[in-house]
Amino acid sequence: MRKTRPNHLAGFGSSLWLLVVGLPLYAMLVATFQSRADYAANGPLALPRHFTLDNYVNDLDSGFAQYFLNTVIVTAAVVGLVLLLVPPLAYAIVRNDGKATGRVFRLFLLGLAVPSQAVIVPMFYLINEAGLYDNLLGVILPTAAFAMPVCVLILTGVMRDITPELYEAMTVDGASPWTVFHRLVLPLSKSGLSTIVVFSSLQAWNGFLFPLVLTQSSENKVITMGLYDFQTEHGVDIPGLLAAVVLSMLPILLVYLFARRALVQGLMGVGGK
Amino acid sequence: MVKSLWLSLLLTVLGVVVQTPISVLLGVWAAGRQRNRAVLSAIYFVPLLLSITAVSVLWRAVLDPNFGVPSQAKWLFGDGNLFGTQAGALGVLVFVSTWQFTPLHTLIYQGAARAVPGVLYEAARIDGAGTVRQFFHITLPQLRNTVVTSMILMVVGGLTTFDTVLILTQGGPGTDSTNTAYYMYQKAFKSFDFGSASAIALLLVLVATLVSLVMVRLTGYDRMRSTMEGV
Repeated sequence: MRKTRPNHLAGFGSSLWLLVVGLPLYAMLVATFQSRADYAANGPLALPRHFTLDNYVNDLDSGFAQYFLNTVIVTAAVVGLVLLLVPPLAYAIVRNDGKATGRVFRLFLLGLAVPSQAVIVPMFYLINEAGLYDNLLGVILPTAAFAMPVCVLILTGVMRDITPELYEAMTVDGASPWTVFHRLVLPLSKSGLSTIVVFSSLQAWNGFLFPLVLTQSSENKVITMGLYDFQTEHGVDIPGLLAAVVLSMLPILLVYLFARRALVQGLMGVGGK
Repeated sequence: MVKSLWLSLLLTVLGVVVQTPISVLLGVWAAGRQRNRAVLSAIYFVPLLLSITAVSVLWRAVLDPNFGVPSQAKWLFGDGNLFGTQAGALGVLVFVSTWQFTPLHTLIYQGAARAVPGVLYEAARIDGAGTVRQFFHITLPQLRNTVVTSMILMVVGGLTTFDTVLILTQGGPGTDSTNTAYYMYQKAFKSFDFGSASAIALLLVLVATLVSLVMVRLTGYDRMRSTMEGV
């Protein structure tokens, strides 16, 4: 399989792409560690002369601590809802041949084809009518709803791989459906569960359209909205802006360092969007 | 309205044309199991982790006409204001989407390239085919199903692009980069014309579904032979 001759063309191409990916990330990092005046004087690619953390401190003081907390709340609630609803649903779809479950499953598959932009207007109406406008719950519910189709698809796929003999063995021993669910199905679906946790938390953490349309006040801002408003209001403070970008991506990068496999699998679910 | 639809289609086509060759090459390259490739792939992956918002804000700052890279490299960027012309604005939109989403498609192609049976390459090598010929006569034909899958994802993603436009160009200059999704957002939440916004949204879903179906038909994806024949 392996080539013995070094492939110079591939080496050149891959280094070029490394530059394309790496340079902006590098420019972002160095910008955050210098003052605005230094940044304007040095240009975007120079190393900082006077190292400073002021940009991060200022961002956290000017509201980003609150936005960060809001995003954590939204993410935790979305993951909680998905974990509460999707595993029993997938279990029912896999273990039940009835017409109704088949219809429910097809309904969820239909949800895969609907982009959130397409329903944002009715969603705005609905959330308003429910009295949840400018409320974190009003962001949590649609975000969880839009994460669910992919999660249902992933988890039913995993649960279908559990051999029927195992179910039969447990049923013969007199186990109730609930016992089968939490003693057999859940432990054997661990990989699928971690994928849907990663997928739904990324959707919630990175979500933009629902918060943009459904929230307004600064106490209910999530971090992506904080970035957007920072840019429209103080777009010239580039080091401060980029420090906020770094803050927003920090948790994901940490997870990426320690749980790369689970994260990549969760991201592949993004393809269904 | 019609202009925004053309712009959406143009952005989508440009996105597919730019992203596909890059991600095929990177994906096939990353399918090799060398250690350095695994490390580099891990770095290539980072843009996909970030939110579209963060990526757009980052590029807006890096390409800022006054403080960004263009102001330093006038020989390359002219007057430095990439957002001042239609070509510049569309170019930025296509480039930023490519920067962010190439890893996703690279990953898809990587998985597919690893699934190509090794015996095909052995046979080709015995027949005296070099790396380049192996790529064009074995790898590419074996990836044809994957190309369609990846392109449909690009088309649906491209037609519904919204966040990038809002943050990077605000549809400007003028309305020269106002694609349909952004036009719909303006109609709904700037002019509060919810009725026509909903109509545009429905149209967008229809066009996206239609284009996907036409692609499946044109490429013969639905009656394509298995790539495993004769292996």
